[in-house]
Amino acid sequence: MTIGPGRSPASPVELARALAAQGYLADEGLATAGFLAMRLGRPLFLEGEAGVGKTAFAQALAEATGAHFVRLQCYEGLAVAQALYDWDFPRQILHLRAMEARGERPDEASLYDRRFLIARPLLQALEQSPCVLLVDEIDRADDEFEAFLLEVLAEAAITIPELGRITATEPPLTVLTSNRTREVHDALKRRCLYHWVEHPDFEREVTILRTRLPEITDRLAAQVATATGRMRGLDLIKPPGVAESIDWAAALSALGADSLDPEIAAATLGAVLKYREDADRVRATGLATLLDA
Amino acid sequence: MSTNPTGVLVGFARTLRHAGVAAATPDRVQTMVSAVDILGIEDVYWAGRLTLCGQPDDLPVYDAAFTAYFGGEKPSAKPAARPGPPRVAVPFASGPPGDDTEADDAEQIVGLSASQVEVLRHRDVAALSTTERAEVLRLIDLLAPATAPRRSRRHRPAQRGAIDAHGTVRHILRNAGEPTRLLQKQRRTKPRRLVLLLDVSGSMTPYAETLLRFGHAAVRRRPAACEVFTIGTRLTWVTRALRHRDPDSALRAAGTAIPDWHGGTRLADSLRAFLTRWGQRGTARGAVVVVCSDGWERGDPSALAEQLRRLSRLAYRLVWVNPHRGKAGYAPLAGGMAAALPYLDEFVAGHSLGALEELVGVIARA
Repeated sequence: MTIGPGRSPASPVELARALAAQGYLADEGLATAGFLAMRLGRPLFLEGEAGVGKTAFAQALAEATGAHFVRLQCYEGLAVAQALYDWDFPRQILHLRAMEARGERPDEASLYDRRFLIARPLLQALEQSPCVLLVDEIDRADDEFEAFLLEVLAEAAITIPELGRITATEPPLTVLTSNRTREVHDALKRRCLYHWVEHPDFEREVTILRTRLPEITDRLAAQVATATGRMRGLDLIKPPGVAESIDWAAALSALGADSLDPEIAAATLGAVLKYREDADRVRATGLATLLDA
Repeated sequence: MSTNPTGVLVGFARTLRHAGVAAATPDRVQTMVSAVDILGIEDVYWAGRLTLCGQPDDLPVYDAAFTAYFGGEKPSAKPAARPGPPRVAVPFASGPPGDDTEADDAEQIVGLSASQVEVLRHRDVAALSTTERAEVLRLIDLLAPATAPRRSRRHRPAQRGAIDAHGTVRHILRNAGEPTRLLQKQRRTKPRRLVLLLDVSGSMTPYAETLLRFGHAAVRRRPAACEVFTIGTRLTWVTRALRHRDPDSALRAAGTAIPDWHGGTRLADSLRAFLTRWGQRGTARGAVVVVCSDGWERGDPSALAEQLRRLSRLAYRLVWVNPHRGKAGYAPLAGGMAAALPYLDEFVAGHSLGALEELVGVIARA
């Protein structure tokens, strides 16, 4: 079930149902957060451990509402030319040369035409309505970019000096994610709804695994969910998120396993634990104890 | 619910602010009111949580305040502004108590005070009187610990350096397609992040205040490129509290934020908490990390060594400040300290003003 473009869900429950139809199972808090973000027209600021499904939520939200999906991955030094727009200089110069060859007078207006403008993610999000804009890992970008993003989000419009003002017909629904490598500026957070995404509980994780990987057995899904749930309690450097349990279950299913035993778990541990210290610790705890029913 | 739901919500926000959720500002309260309008009063829990909280630390506070407020308890009245501890004002030229300096002319005052500062500079802060300590704290405020800059990923126009293709083409277009000159660019520089981990456990009590004051000086110097945490039995993020301009109110704010003053030491656990919640994700990556502790570890030294191995792999430079290092006859033999040594880039003292000045140099050179 999709909600359809231009229509927002009537309640958090309806949104959760639409997300579930896209294979994303949101809990009550996340569904309420998404619902409020749509109704209030506020950006949604999501924090949580890596791999709990922050990015997947934005994608599912776009699919569920039938909106375009635009993703902007942040990194240090991200500048206007990569985030907003850039002029296609080679084409502009070709155009100029062509005009000269035809003996025409080069004029400014034809040089700074919309067709020479390359839209980067933020401009794409303003031009395609309705749209879900995902600003991924905002904490990786620097302060300069944050200030600039704040301006674009507040106005839902940008001004290009040579071209004029471009306004979104409908402001994009913005989802920001952060891994908390640094504290994001209060001015930005203040505009947003804030939600901390938790690891799912056992039942939800089993359902997620069954939804994402319909080919695996119920038994395998339950075993993987139990084992990753226990690993999260082991004080690891990087506790596995849902993304890792999906990877693990997919790896097991690729090997043709229909249940999890210590041997095959040891062979596929690399799909779920990404640090040698973590793998050592889990082996020391005993793979058999992780798998006990 | 009373006849005036907005009043109730505003009262709740006030309770929350008093409980320590800094994000519960008036404009956010307005957002909460509109969220409650949309969701209905029965969903006031989520409406408030999504709009009033701003960081994970807020969530348990929010839950407690929510139960207290909507569970029938009345919000406590606004506490009267607490007068802070009296600030000891010490003129720069004053002598230590008992030292009778009858200064006739200005020249003599300056001479005397300079030599007194020189004496104070090398005295262990644990052995100072109240007045002397106040003077030392004042001098710490004048320190400006800052890291050396690193090259950032952003560019600026320059006279020499790599060709700025974008700028050059823009220049060509401005000249109606005539290439006239090549523009060049260079990398900008950015301050490297400085992370201070200050031990506030019982054994560090005589030094905790000076170290926090040092942390305040560092945060004031580079508010965006410095993070301060206290370690002890648990980890506390105190950067925000230390951003107050006035050092006394900053330290008071930090003091309320730290729940484990003068408690025991669980260095390895605190460091693990730091690495898991902050360090690994980026706070320690490429940063100059300074750990200020005496290395008294109640637990297993090998656990501490393991965490320091992680930290030294993430950090650009790892500096350990141990106040006991300045004492004659000290050797780093205590279990924790001995385990830490192999992973340190620098090991310095931090027991006196002079030693802290040295630390500023170490941080700048790192």
